[in-house]
Amino acid sequence: MKKIEALIKPFKLTDVKEKLIEIGVHGMTVTEVKGFGRQKGHTELYRGTEYKIDFLPKTKLEVVVAEETVPQVVEAIIAAAYTGQIGDGKIFISPIEETIRIRTKERGKDAV
Amino acid sequence: MKTFLSVFLAVGFLLAASASFAEDVPATPSGVPVAAVAAPASPAPAPKIDTGDTAWMLTSSALVLLMTPGLALFYGGMVRRKNVLSTIMQSFIAIAVVSVQWMLIGYSLAFGPDVGHVIGNLSWAGLNGVGAEPNADYAATIPHQAFMIFQLMFAIITPALITGAFAERFRFSTFLVFLLLWTTLVYDPLAHWVWGVGGWIRNMGALDFAGGLVVHISSGIAALAAALVVGKRKGYPHEPMPPHNLTMTLLGAALLWFGWFGFNAGSAVTSGGLAVSAFVVTHFATAAAALGWLFAEWAHRGKPTLLGAASGAVAGLVAITPASGFVGPVASLIIGLVAGVVCYLAVIAKGKFGYDDSLDAFGVHCIGGTWGALATGLFASTAINAAGANGLFYGNPGLLLIQIKSIAVAWVYSFAVTFLLLKILDATMGLRVTNDEETQGLDLIQHGESGYSM
Repeated sequence: MKKIEALIKPFKLTDVKEKLIEIGVHGMTVTEVKGFGRQKGHTELYRGTEYKIDFLPKTKLEVVVAEETVPQVVEAIIAAAYTGQIGDGKIFISPIEETIRIRTKERGKDAV
Repeated sequence: MKTFLSVFLAVGFLLAASASFAEDVPATPSGVPVAAVAAPASPAPAPKIDTGDTAWMLTSSALVLLMTPGLALFYGGMVRRKNVLSTIMQSFIAIAVVSVQWMLIGYSLAFGPDVGHVIGNLSWAGLNGVGAEPNADYAATIPHQAFMIFQLMFAIITPALITGAFAERFRFSTFLVFLLLWTTLVYDPLAHWVWGVGGWIRNMGALDFAGGLVVHISSGIAALAAALVVGKRKGYPHEPMPPHNLTMTLLGAALLWFGWFGFNAGSAVTSGGLAVSAFVVTHFATAAAALGWLFAEWAHRGKPTLLGAASGAVAGLVAITPASGFVGPVASLIIGLVAGVVCYLAVIAKGKFGYDDSLDAFGVHCIGGTWGALATGLFASTAINAAGANGLFYGNPGLLLIQIKSIAVAWVYSFAVTFLLLKILDATMGLRVTNDEETQGLDLIQHGESGYSM
């Protein structure tokens, strides 16, 4: 099992979610986060005082999937989240040791 | 009673030169205010209550009351979210504290029978003798209590304006004491000097229709004193402190604009042509000032901001306040436009001086009020208000000099007393919360609640 974390532009969340459901992903966790990468921040102006805002709002989407479906999921996220502009986001993949469904106590692949 | 009458008579004869809003009673066809005609009669015939005037004054009182919650939202949106409640609270609680003070002693100190041209005596304390009978000195056609409650609303908002200077760091307990003492030691005397029968600035002939000196200069310069004595917010100016909710700020500015019609048009103390004229010029000055600030900012920094438009509108309201009963529509447009630009520049200049007047109470209220008081000396015309005077542009440079004198007095008096008062409170009660408390935010530390649960 792998965990796929994708940091995407907030307005792309619906597209990504729909694409993932389409390829058979049944669950995901979404968090509103702030951060910066190459896009950096922007400046805001209040009564002539300029503030540098470094952290931009992003959406973090987490899904845990069976190892063999990882390429398909990654492809789907890239397809849906892509704009070609700086700031489209990143995808991180990491191994998951175990998954347990609390209600049924199922483990492993059956639980994701 | 005898001195009281003779002072009144003296003022009556000086009407052409010395006028303030209190004398703007309905004019007879010859242009002589009714009060001046009625004054020598002894015993004076019982003044008749005008229901239209009374209805308008009650409405205006309610309108002006709403300005203080409006100000609370205007300020509340500009602070960080951890201080939104404490900021709103400082304005809101002023309604309660100043109301009680006003009923007990404030009204009598400000408008009661004159003592040595500097203060009212306490014979009206507890509103003793202030009832349904009109007081011809101030408003001959409405119950005395209607005039009293209208004036209270001005006393409430004035100290609330100062809170912008020390937002996000002032201890609430000390604030309550400050509120009470400032109203008693600065507002009440100044209101007496400028508006009270026998007040020495009024006798000098200075024009302040709705409170440029009494409300805006007094609070604005007090804000500067407060910013200097209280000191900067922790982390200012290195740490970003952007407004947390500008939609709230705009709603507040809109409520101020709305309520200000009562502030200025109500200051006619009647519901006739003068009230309408004040209403109209208030509106146009505000519109022009919103544009003035917006375009100045756009030219200077490249972006027209909503906070700029809202701030400009407030600057315009401030500037037209002293002039609103004495100038016409074209003058109001100029007054507003200049106010928008000048107040923007004053706010920008703050960065160069390094004091932390957090929400620009000095830059907007003192500078805007000063410009408005000067502009009254330039644009005032007896064609608009026979009880007023002509300004420089109508051939009377004398008025401008009087205005400058009255401005200087208001600056010096309010600054000095506020400075001393805060120094004493600092030594006895402490003005600020601790550094740790400031980091956590005043809402939680001072009030035990949060503005937002999400």
